[in-house]
Amino acid sequence: MQNPGTLVSLGGIDILIIAVYFFLVLTIGFYLKRFTRTGNDFFMAGRGMTSWIAGLSFVAANLGALELMGWAAASYQYGILATHWYWIGAIPAMLFLGIIMMPFYYISRTHSVPGYLQLRYGNSSRSLSAVCFGLMTVLMSGINMYSMALVMKVVLGWDIHFSIWVSSATVAIYVALGGLLSAIFNEVLQFVLIWLGALLIPIIGMIEAGGWTKMVAKIQQNFSGDYTHLWRSIGSFTDNPMGIHWTGIVFGLGFVISFGYWTTDFLVVQRVLAAKDLRSAKMAPIIGAGFKMMVPLIVILPGLLGLAVMPGLVGESQAVATGGHSYNEVLPLMMARYLGPGLLGLGITALIAGFMSGMAGNISAFATVWTYDIYKPLRKKQLSDSHFVSVGRWTTILGVLVSIGTAYLVMEFASIMDYVQALFSFFIAPLFATVLFGMMWKRATPAGGFWGLLAGTVSSIGMWLWVKLDPSALAVIARSPDAKPMAENMYRALWCWIICAGVTVLVSLWTKPKPESELVGLVRGCTELPSEQHLRLTQRPIFWAGVVCAVFILLNIIFW
Amino acid sequence: MKKKMISIWFFIGLILTVYGLLILGAGIYDLAVPAKLRVVLGNLHAGVWWGALLVVLGVVYILKFRPRKT
Repeated sequence: MQNPGTLVSLGGIDILIIAVYFFLVLTIGFYLKRFTRTGNDFFMAGRGMTSWIAGLSFVAANLGALELMGWAAASYQYGILATHWYWIGAIPAMLFLGIIMMPFYYISRTHSVPGYLQLRYGNSSRSLSAVCFGLMTVLMSGINMYSMALVMKVVLGWDIHFSIWVSSATVAIYVALGGLLSAIFNEVLQFVLIWLGALLIPIIGMIEAGGWTKMVAKIQQNFSGDYTHLWRSIGSFTDNPMGIHWTGIVFGLGFVISFGYWTTDFLVVQRVLAAKDLRSAKMAPIIGAGFKMMVPLIVILPGLLGLAVMPGLVGESQAVATGGHSYNEVLPLMMARYLGPGLLGLGITALIAGFMSGMAGNISAFATVWTYDIYKPLRKKQLSDSHFVSVGRWTTILGVLVSIGTAYLVMEFASIMDYVQALFSFFIAPLFATVLFGMMWKRATPAGGFWGLLAGTVSSIGMWLWVKLDPSALAVIARSPDAKPMAENMYRALWCWIICAGVTVLVSLWTKPKPESELVGLVRGCTELPSEQHLRLTQRPIFWAGVVCAVFILLNIIFW
Repeated sequence: MKKKMISIWFFIGLILTVYGLLILGAGIYDLAVPAKLRVVLGNLHAGVWWGALLVVLGVVYILKFRPRKT
């Protein structure tokens, strides 16, 4: 029987499926504890992951439950335009990470992205990025935790405190026991479950809609406007429901935001650093890109199918006022529509798995950055490796507790969520410029790196405050008064990247560079990269990057 | 001597088999005793073939990645 006010109701078999999932992830955590005795095991998964495991984990850490729910809702709201966040907003950056940037991350033997900044620019840049990353990661984890608990309350009627404590305690246990190794193992498991739990919705949905052509016809019948083309409607700000121009998509999303996130956010980069050798480290983001390209099948297509078979979903405020359903609920509504006993449990497990993979990603990255980039530099005396493993385990638990605290803070003051999400975006775009110049330009100096990063971050905050205090500034920042918040984010990221790059170049030209001997293994032109000539064509990362790139271009043409 | 680690694919095989059996069982029960509230396209009996698919995948993974002594 369904609880009043909830979207779906679970039977005994569904509850059993969810219970089996919790049992297995904890079992994996307990099992892997015996393999995580050193710092290298705990923080870097022993640097022994194959390209497939590192690649799947790389995508899974990003594929949170809110990602699934949020982008399904966005596709109901904006149509196929939401796919840009999976294709141009991810694929070029992932391939760039694999082919161009990964050799320097990997050869430098850094344990983290702030660790790379320390090697390249010195302690100031490392400290700035480590503190910002650590703080933002743990706060974001709390926000995701609260949002997921809210989803469970709306969808299943579960108590919000129960959802927060049970799910976060499970993540804390398995990450504290097995460190990154446990997080990666479980992320691969969660990735498989997400796909198997969510894939039936587009399959049955397409059968109901009668195929792609009939689905498009139904959408056109139900709604005015272009919901099924990727590029045709973004020639002007006013021609599409997102209020965005193609320049914002290509340069803001496709270049700055996407490259900033996929190449410098340690949450995802950490998974690739755990690869067993350089070739695996280069292949992992390419494999990840291949799977990322397919994610719209289980996220965007359900939203489009919703437009065809469930017209009438409205915005959140209108849904609250009228008692109807919001498009934010489109994914669970589709689950309730198509999934019978057992399958529904698998679908809900997919959502829980998504949430836990995202949270474990945040927590394991936080533990590494805290231990190696904040705690270790503060301790002057020599400490044993086992001491840092112990600090890592306790930091994992502390990180989860701070996340829980954030979740309760957001529960009291919902507007905090917007501020923290904005804060995260302030840092990512300029960090990309700092890392990119550090890897590609040997003339970049420690002072240039630090002041560029600081100027980019401060200017991003400044632009955000300017629009908050004076909404008419939107026309300056986002190049149009019609721009929506998403478009504003794109352009703000683009400007602060340019400012960071400009300050890095100017300050570098005025200050003394490091000698080339100190840049070996860190910078292009000073580092001899291992040759891949002895490998067969199909064993070379560049070949597979080309294949993924060709499919990416083809998909954009097909859905133009 | 370093201990040999069980492959993650073996764990995945295990959970797919268990899930497959549970979903297949629920699907067959639903076939025999249809529920009053039907899902859309319930006549396709997705639980039966999806459950069977999970069992096949799970067993293949268990056999291929089972822990070996040597």
